[in-house]
Amino acid sequence: MTSAPDIHESLVEQFGRDAISGNNLEAIDPWIEVSPGSIVEVSEFLRDDPALLFDHLNDLCGVDYLQPDPKKAKTFEHSPHVEVVYHLSSFTHKHRITIKVLLPRWADDIEGDIPACPSVVGVWAAANWHEREAYDLVGIRFTSHPNLRRILCPEDWEGHPLRKDYEFPLEYHGIRGQ
Amino acid sequence: MTTELQDPRIVEYDVRTDEMLVNMGPQHPSTHGVLRLLLRTDGEIVHEVTPHLGYLHRCAEKIGENLATPQWIPYTDRMDYLAGMNMNLGMSLAVEKLLGIELPEKAQTIRVLIAELGRVASHLVGMGAYGLDLGSFSPFLWAFREREIILDLFEEVCGARLTYSYITPGGATHDLPKSINLPPGLAALTGQSPDTAVSWTNALGQFLDWLEPRIEEYHTLLTRNQIFIKRTAGLGLLSPDMAKSYGCTGPVLRGSGVDWDLRRDGEEIYTKMYEGYEFEIPVAPFDAAPPEAVCGDNWCRFFVRMMEVVQSIGLVRQAIEKYATAEGAYREAFKLATKLPADECYLETECPRGQMGFYLVGDGSSEPFRARAKSSCFCNLAVTGPLSSGFLLADIPAIVGSLDVVMGEIDR
Repeated sequence: MTSAPDIHESLVEQFGRDAISGNNLEAIDPWIEVSPGSIVEVSEFLRDDPALLFDHLNDLCGVDYLQPDPKKAKTFEHSPHVEVVYHLSSFTHKHRITIKVLLPRWADDIEGDIPACPSVVGVWAAANWHEREAYDLVGIRFTSHPNLRRILCPEDWEGHPLRKDYEFPLEYHGIRGQ
Repeated sequence: MTTELQDPRIVEYDVRTDEMLVNMGPQHPSTHGVLRLLLRTDGEIVHEVTPHLGYLHRCAEKIGENLATPQWIPYTDRMDYLAGMNMNLGMSLAVEKLLGIELPEKAQTIRVLIAELGRVASHLVGMGAYGLDLGSFSPFLWAFREREIILDLFEEVCGARLTYSYITPGGATHDLPKSINLPPGLAALTGQSPDTAVSWTNALGQFLDWLEPRIEEYHTLLTRNQIFIKRTAGLGLLSPDMAKSYGCTGPVLRGSGVDWDLRRDGEEIYTKMYEGYEFEIPVAPFDAAPPEAVCGDNWCRFFVRMMEVVQSIGLVRQAIEKYATAEGAYREAFKLATKLPADECYLETECPRGQMGFYLVGDGSSEPFRARAKSSCFCNLAVTGPLSSGFLLADIPAIVGSLDVVMGEIDR
């Protein structure tokens, strides 16, 4: 069992401060922020390093940090961005860690152009469907994913429902919305 | 005119069939709900299986972002509708982890009791429906007869038979009833009058006494049935490495020989509930396995569930004993307007079908900023494609059934 600060230390030692760009080791579930460019190498290291052996991807999901409610926005601590959150655990060492990748809400600030993040399907096969779900609901393009199609919504659905500024469609194939 | 063939090999070449795309579901009885499998077949051989999901998608996560956490509990019931109690428990524990609430002993005992009883009910359906998939009708009817009594008992506890919303953040909505009339199903089975007034735990004890010897009957009906063994043993092999990589959990993972159960290996807030209880974690390979069975096949996944029923019965019995002397209240006060801290937490619990995870991000208001439900069946179903290719068409229901998926949980 390795504690979160030790995991963070070994990642920084291996990849440097540029790749391991932030952390909060005091949180209820300690998390480490990884830059989008190095997530695949970091994932491989986390899975294969004998002291870490994170062989179980518990969950992968996207979170859209945008507070549309002006009342709540005053106390909202985050600047607008999108996060990919990886919850990992190890069958061998029984430890857990959370990895985060921070992305802009829109690629190059062009609204409607969803941001890209490298896919970790090659590291954990479980990521395949989870990434499809994150693409479908939150709108994150996972580059080099073998089959990045919508999984829960119909394939001709427009928009990504878990985006905070998502607008419910008024009509879908002749079915009226609200 | 002669009917004899000049060269039999020519005919063999001639009868080669074309590839065909076959839709199985979403209304197919053996897909356990609205699952659509797109099969690429060559004659009877299936070359590729592509599951299509989403027919039951209800945006549960989006709804969760607009409700206070106790208000989202009824939506978790409707995810895995065969194990609503266990889903309530997972969500409640996640909220308690985020807020740092500690529960009194009595509330924890009730939770263990109810969750394990829910596991028995859920596995009874999983096991009975699996027999049905393979063409054996009796186990299904028998399992439902037993499950009916559990549902009657749950109805006495919270008033609902399927969508309980019983376990809530802070404990449970009610204490266990002191005095009830014997459930009619149980009265009929044990030859008593339905007007007999007993305590709830006494009725449960009577039911467990009745159920335990019946497990052996299921072994005769299914586990040791030659037809059942022929349909399941050695089919749908899932290696431990593949199970880990695909994120399979629960009986699917343990059926592949990985010794992992969150009730023992999980986070402290969850394992603390099970402290002082004695139970074993059934893991393949089994001594009772027929010679044809291989670790990681359909038969092992089925047998893990059977063994878990026995373990859960033992846990319920211990919980009944503990409940008699447990101290404290059955719940802590939890206000609907309780503000969630600006932090986040992720918690997985061992549900009957695998590890159900809840991820909550708070932003200082009573509604979570992001409410995420990670489904165990979602990951378990992902192995269908790799498991099924190369098998006969008739083996597909046997493989999908052995994963025991509930579409309500996958689509959310």
